[in-house]
Amino acid sequence: MTWVVIGVVGVVTILFKASGPVLLGGRALPPRVASVVEVLAPAMLAALVVTQTVGGDRQLVLDERLAGVLVGGVAVWLRAPLLVVMVVAAATAALIRLF
Amino acid sequence: MQTSRFRDGIRAGLPLALAPLLFGASFGLLAVDAGMGWLGAIVMSATTFAGSAQFAAASILEDGGGALAAIVAAILLNARYVPLSLAVASIFPGSRKRRLLEAQLIVDESWALSGRSGRFEYGVLTGVGVLLYVLWVGGTAAGTIVGDLLDPEAIGLDAAFPALFLALLAPYLRSRRALVTALVAGAITLVLLPFAPAGVPIVAASLACLIGLRR
Repeated sequence: MTWVVIGVVGVVTILFKASGPVLLGGRALPPRVASVVEVLAPAMLAALVVTQTVGGDRQLVLDERLAGVLVGGVAVWLRAPLLVVMVVAAATAALIRLF
Repeated sequence: MQTSRFRDGIRAGLPLALAPLLFGASFGLLAVDAGMGWLGAIVMSATTFAGSAQFAAASILEDGGGALAAIVAAILLNARYVPLSLAVASIFPGSRKRRLLEAQLIVDESWALSGRSGRFEYGVLTGVGVLLYVLWVGGTAAGTIVGDLLDPEAIGLDAAFPALFLALLAPYLRSRRALVTALVAGAITLVLLPFAPAGVPIVAASLACLIGLRR
């Protein structure tokens, strides 16, 4: 049965990932579609930030991740490089877990 | 030019290198416990190449939750790849077959990093993608043999990634329309998180992009 899971999840994921480049790739998009696709990036980034910061199994979980992201947010605001933002966020979460 | 962007991509991905190794190893260990065997674990990492869905499927199998539950959970979690892939659809060159293959390098991190200059870049996405793919599959293989390398949460890696996505979101927020879209998407996610199965809130949030239709 595990091979069924591996096979089905693999094939479906491959199709999900290919959907854009295969169906829409290789040609210019109509302007209305293009303006929707244009704001997909900020929409999906915001959704990723929220799920990975407070997401749990059908619940909101407020834990060390939130503290890390808040401190990371200050680093973003101060225009710190990406690596610094990540290290600051990780260090904050790790330190709180330590104590 | 494309080659140099590819190299830039690999360089851009290097700071992330530790995560796919450690999470990959955790997945390898969990997958073996879940009865997938070393080969199953590696095949899943090589074909699915998406951390959260793989962890969900393996933990459900390990808890005895059944194949169907594992499949549904993983598919819901990976449904976000439809909007992510639509957003970068136009950057993939070449034949349909080549696009299908190279699109497999889309993961949250390669996708997000490739847009850091304000528009998505093919070379960065494929560069980061290849690096993360090798480390993810390699980390999985290592995990099936030696087990956990180091607990990724102990060093706060689970907080580093939302912070990275926040940093990559920031440049978009200078445009009013993008700011409103991001706020609506974030609000949809937050409201649905306590009720909807994992993966659904993020897909629902993609509907916020319809704001782009407004003039």
